Amino acid sequence: MTELLDILAQPAFWVAVLRIATPLIFGTLGVLLCERAGVLNLGIEGILVAGAFTGWLGVYLGLPLWGGVAVAALTGAAFGLLHAALTVGLALSQHVAGLGITLLATALSYYGYRVSFPKVNTPPTITPFAPMEGLGIPVLSGQTPLTLLALLLVPALAWWLYRTPSGLALRMVGENPQAAEGQGLSVGRTRTAGIVAGSALMGVAGSFLTLSAFNAFFFNMVNGRGWICVALVVFASWRPGKALLGALLFAFFDALQLRLQQSGGSTLPYQLYLMLPYALSILALVVVARKASYPQALMKPYRKGER
Amino acid sequence: MRLEKRHQASPLAHVLAPLGAIAFTLLISALLVLWAGAPVGRTYGLLVQGGFGSLFAWSETLTRATPLIFTGLAAAVAFRARLFNIGAEGQLYAGALAAVAVGGVHDSAGWALPLPLLFTLMLLAAAAAGALLLLGPALLKSRLGVDEVVTTLLLNFMALLGVSALLDGPMKDPTALGWPQSVALQPELELSRLIEGTRVHTGLLLAAALCLAVWVLMRFTVLGFDIRATGANARAAAFAGVATGRTALLVALLSGALAGLAGAIEVAGRTSYVTLDMSPGYGYSGIVIAMLAGLHPLGVLAASIFVAGVQVGADSMSRAVGVPTYIADVIVAASLLSVLVATLLTQYRVRLK
Repeated sequence: MTELLDILAQPAFWVAVLRIATPLIFGTLGVLLCERAGVLNLGIEGILVAGAFTGWLGVYLGLPLWGGVAVAALTGAAFGLLHAALTVGLALSQHVAGLGITLLATALSYYGYRVSFPKVNTPPTITPFAPMEGLGIPVLSGQTPLTLLALLLVPALAWWLYRTPSGLALRMVGENPQAAEGQGLSVGRTRTAGIVAGSALMGVAGSFLTLSAFNAFFFNMVNGRGWICVALVVFASWRPGKALLGALLFAFFDALQLRLQQSGGSTLPYQLYLMLPYALSILALVVVARKASYPQALMKPYRKGER
Repeated sequence: MRLEKRHQASPLAHVLAPLGAIAFTLLISALLVLWAGAPVGRTYGLLVQGGFGSLFAWSETLTRATPLIFTGLAAAVAFRARLFNIGAEGQLYAGALAAVAVGGVHDSAGWALPLPLLFTLMLLAAAAAGALLLLGPALLKSRLGVDEVVTTLLLNFMALLGVSALLDGPMKDPTALGWPQSVALQPELELSRLIEGTRVHTGLLLAAALCLAVWVLMRFTVLGFDIRATGANARAAAFAGVATGRTALLVALLSGALAGLAGAIEVAGRTSYVTLDMSPGYGYSGIVIAMLAGLHPLGVLAASIFVAGVQVGADSMSRAVGVPTYIADVIVAASLLSVLVATLLTQYRVRLK
């Protein structure tokens, strides 16, 4: 117990919590945008890989760091456009199209990495974002600007979603596309916009891994974070504020398991600690399952004139 | 842009659609090969030769296809009932570990049971382990409405960590140095070779027989009808008297068992023991295979051989011209997406308004 309090008293622990939460915030907001528009995007896992790779490659080839983030966002948007073409334009199964995009984006990234660096044993590195030391706020000054961006994005997105006509339009095509069409909205275009924007955020989430958390691209570095975001958005009942809460809560336990694992006093296999984040995600899904208020048109393709 | 249902599918479309899908995939991959600075024609030639060009190539392809047939069937059966089991990877590892737990050489040198009985027990244990791993998500879906896609995906990571923990602990091979691997299977339980001097083993025959069995089950039995009806329209099926809840659970058990068997057959036919890299994503490839096969059990056989051939061919091509082996994953993923689109275009007409 005192060990636990010791951990919680360290500022470094809370710095780690925010750092772990950042890609999850971006990713969960990305999933939220797609699903609010009525489309499940299981491409997220692959888009995270692609964003991590292209963002890092851009910086490695001489772009400024923010240029790398932009490249990652564009990569995400491109895969989002593909997902929209398949699921909105052609009304294909959202499950299968998303998994296909994850496989494609991952394969393309790994292929691109191997073509660019055929025979490297130690991954080439870049100079990542530096912590904002000048900020003077404890914990937050230990973070990079991308974390600040993630935190600011939450209220901005909530405001846009609930207080603007275009935000209403996005929610409407995810709840009742027929009614949206009746109001003169183009369901196809609105859904496409939501998926593209959400996927761009997923790309940024990926770039955080290579441009801020680490300074290189590794195989398997995403390691299921995308799937965790898909679970977190259900836990968050598709609300930006709760998405932030979910990401922080998750990151808290993830950081805690890392510390407990390192503290050495434990006789449990370290794999049990590593399992904890995934188990928690499943638990979160179970807890909210009964009262989850899915967007009503989620996973229902819309074909004009069909009922 | 809008979709318009075709009243009757034109026979031409049925021929052109798959050809178009293949052409599109080859075109995308050709661009990537050019990026790697390799000659396209030679690269494709080497790939096909490496996968299908000789007896040895065929033997390697069929060895690789064997676990894919099991995981492909696991996905095909589940997806047919609209149970999106993405957890075949974890179920495969659970099955492999269960197989070694029953048929492995432990401290007391294994169980003293007659060989056929022990072999059967080993397969049953693997099937049960895979089925149990999927039972949780299936129950969560039917009882609480928790989406099975996310739970099965997350369970893959947990299963692999669980295997890792057991390979460090109770299942550890005491003679292995450093690298985590399980105790070995009793040599008598290993499957025999189909062709001497190659790695193809009798597991392939079992896989092919299961394709046939699953096809018969789906096509000619009441359970098969219930599965198809549940997948086509669960509400209509329930109204017509199909016990959809029970059917969904049976499908989960069947799908998980098939994926678990993949692990047992890999251990008995190829690896002899469980390692953390024994499956290069067989579970995930199984989903692609099931989709390429149009969820048809017999199509799974052909699709598995195609995917395995591309992967084996890419390995040998890569050694010759230096195009990264990941090209195989690109080809497989791109063919999945293009086949999906092509299939749709045989049923719908796209009108650009």
